[in-house]
Amino acid sequence: MIFHSFLLKYGEIGIKGKNRYRFEDALVRQVKLAMNQIEGEFDVYKSQARIYVDCKSDYDYDEVVDRLSKVFGLVGICPVVKVFDMDFNNLKAEVVKYMDEAYPDKNITFKVEARRANKNYPKNSMEINMDLGEAIIEAFPEIKVDVHKPMVHLNIEVRNEIYIYSKTIPGLGGMPVGSSGKAMLLLSGGIDSPVAGYMVSKRGVTIEATYFHAPPYTSERAKQKVVDLARLISKYTGPIKLHVVNFTDIQLKIYDECPHDELTIIMRRYMMMIAEHFANKDECLGLITGESIGQVASQTMESLYCTNEICTLPVYRPLVAFDKRDIVKIAEEIDTYETSILPFEDCCTIFVAKHPVTKPRLDRIKKSEENLVGKIENLVEKAIETVEIIDVH
Amino acid sequence: MEVYLDNSATTKAYDEVAKMVSDIMCNHYGNPSSLHTMGVDAENIIKEAKQNIAKIWKVSEKEVFFTSGGTESDNLALRGAAFANKRAGRHIISSKIEHPAIINTCKYLEEEGFNITYLSVNSYGEIDLEELKNSLRDDTILVSIMHVNNEIGTIEPIEKIGEIVKFFNPKILFHVDDVQGFGKVSLNLKKAEVDLCSISSHKIHGPKGVGVLYIKNGTKINPIVFGGEQQGNIRSGTENVHGIAGIGLASKLIYNDLQEKQNKMFNLSLKLIKAIKSIPDTNIFGNIGEADFNNSIYEDGAYGFAPHIISAGFKDIRAEVLLHSLEEFGIYVSSGSACASNHPHVSSVLSSINAKREYLEATIRFSLSEFTTEEEIDYTISKLNEIVPRLRKYKAR
Repeated sequence: MIFHSFLLKYGEIGIKGKNRYRFEDALVRQVKLAMNQIEGEFDVYKSQARIYVDCKSDYDYDEVVDRLSKVFGLVGICPVVKVFDMDFNNLKAEVVKYMDEAYPDKNITFKVEARRANKNYPKNSMEINMDLGEAIIEAFPEIKVDVHKPMVHLNIEVRNEIYIYSKTIPGLGGMPVGSSGKAMLLLSGGIDSPVAGYMVSKRGVTIEATYFHAPPYTSERAKQKVVDLARLISKYTGPIKLHVVNFTDIQLKIYDECPHDELTIIMRRYMMMIAEHFANKDECLGLITGESIGQVASQTMESLYCTNEICTLPVYRPLVAFDKRDIVKIAEEIDTYETSILPFEDCCTIFVAKHPVTKPRLDRIKKSEENLVGKIENLVEKAIETVEIIDVH
Repeated sequence: MEVYLDNSATTKAYDEVAKMVSDIMCNHYGNPSSLHTMGVDAENIIKEAKQNIAKIWKVSEKEVFFTSGGTESDNLALRGAAFANKRAGRHIISSKIEHPAIINTCKYLEEEGFNITYLSVNSYGEIDLEELKNSLRDDTILVSIMHVNNEIGTIEPIEKIGEIVKFFNPKILFHVDDVQGFGKVSLNLKKAEVDLCSISSHKIHGPKGVGVLYIKNGTKINPIVFGGEQQGNIRSGTENVHGIAGIGLASKLIYNDLQEKQNKMFNLSLKLIKAIKSIPDTNIFGNIGEADFNNSIYEDGAYGFAPHIISAGFKDIRAEVLLHSLEEFGIYVSSGSACASNHPHVSSVLSSINAKREYLEATIRFSLSEFTTEEEIDYTISKLNEIVPRLRKYKAR
């Protein structure tokens, strides 16, 4: 069957009152962006609280559906067959053909749901429902009508052409990227942070990212892995501005000056501080991390309390109450898992103490950090100055 | 300064080879199986390459077969010989320090019902000839031992192995994986009574994607790829004409003035070893570590090590970190064997030679080529002296 068009349904954003047009415009923009990335000519437009993607050329059905099912804000994607000859007898024939091809197993119940946007059409909705229903039953006696709980809702929309659709491929839900603000994701090469970025982005948030690179302790391949992860989530979030910060000198200075068991906490405080710098510069309204309570020593509530204290922006931690296996499940769904588990060291693991503090106290951490005063500021400045920006898309 | 010391992973192509390969791709692109003159032209190119290699090995050109590289040559030798001779027996002998192309092929053959003995090695990486004698059985059909070990440069006593194997039973096939030795040290295939020998082009300044398997006339071997029955149905598939020409020319070039090249690499290796030994808490693996520093002549065939591979352990420094630190100065080395080092795991060669635990993840390999210069080695030494103490300061506490 050749589908001429896709009708896109959106959920949550339908109820946003006077702001609705902003959400709809953002969604249209995201759909257009998605369609730009695939081969073929498509016309994307909004009409009567729906978005349509008209296919103006040959296209790959699976590719279109895959792309659309990664656009946040869509709850359903309906492939549409269009009938261009408006004659009612022709429509009957087309509808019968549609039912035959779409439902090889005829043991179904159905109901015709006609909508007549084009009021010049000679039959009204009720007449269309009845006449088409009759045509289908005549053609396929085993198909039954059920107006209360039909298995198939056969939608007929009379516009300048007639649209036939009955199947809905579920969308991701959420809100279109660009309808909320912007936030800075602390992206490592692990499993959690890409999932965190994905989840916050699903609420309409535009994502930027910061990665801390520690050559020679982490390799070029570890950095490439992070770029690859950013690229994978950018299929959902749209283009990501990735900041690659050289963190080695800061890390070594902390190693030189601070107690070893507090190293990870202090290091993470500096990471948050630097990420926040870039966040503020690019007008982000928050930071995003993949932290989950108790997962590792630096993610106990005490540790989170200490790392959080350095930030003034809100820190969004969408995975805070997730178990690892639930995070892995999402990582598998969004296709980041296999890349995340590639065995390259990231800079959090290289100097990990055998027994890091699990209940750090902020006053002690701050006292330890006093050793860095006058020694680390220029290193932080240098790390910020030498940042490498990669536009991932 | 760029210093490439990873020549056991792969090498820079000779300029002449690169030019020839490109010329053949553009101007002599016929299929050697075609009947017209362009086919004949391509066939002649292959013939010349065969002659070059046959001449070095002192074998007949009919015994030279082209493959896609060292790995395929090893696979064809082991799988081809095992399945062709399985009626005579199902026992195969190899060693614990072989390249993964051999080890993993042996594992596959084990699943297919063959029985494999993996010989152990001493602390220099040499196999025990007594153990070999005791392992030979009536149903042994194949012995496969590498010539030069890819991680530590140790040379296995191929001639003695050939003698022992053939004395026990002349019908047992003897395969030598000479991917690391060819072009660096000599090997007399006839004298060592070798039946099968694998080499690879890109380790000798030739193009990637081509290798050779020597198959002694009369050796029973089954093909492992099926198709148009090229190369006497031993290896189907249109010949990689430009690659074959590349390995032919590279083989010829690498053996020009071999003694001179060996001496040069040997002396540079000794210089580097001496410098590494003067750094505390380091270790040189393999018997090159015991080499006589006063000798400046590399005696081909008399020494138990190749002149170009140095495996050096630096206590308390993770190999990967040292590798990336050297990289920052343009010095390229590898950790363990580059063919397998993208999966960080402990080197099986190092554990087989009972290397101390503290060196297992702290060992890097320097591998030289005829192009390595004294200036490059001096630069590497000065950078090592600078980097090693710095990295040791920041060890995990």
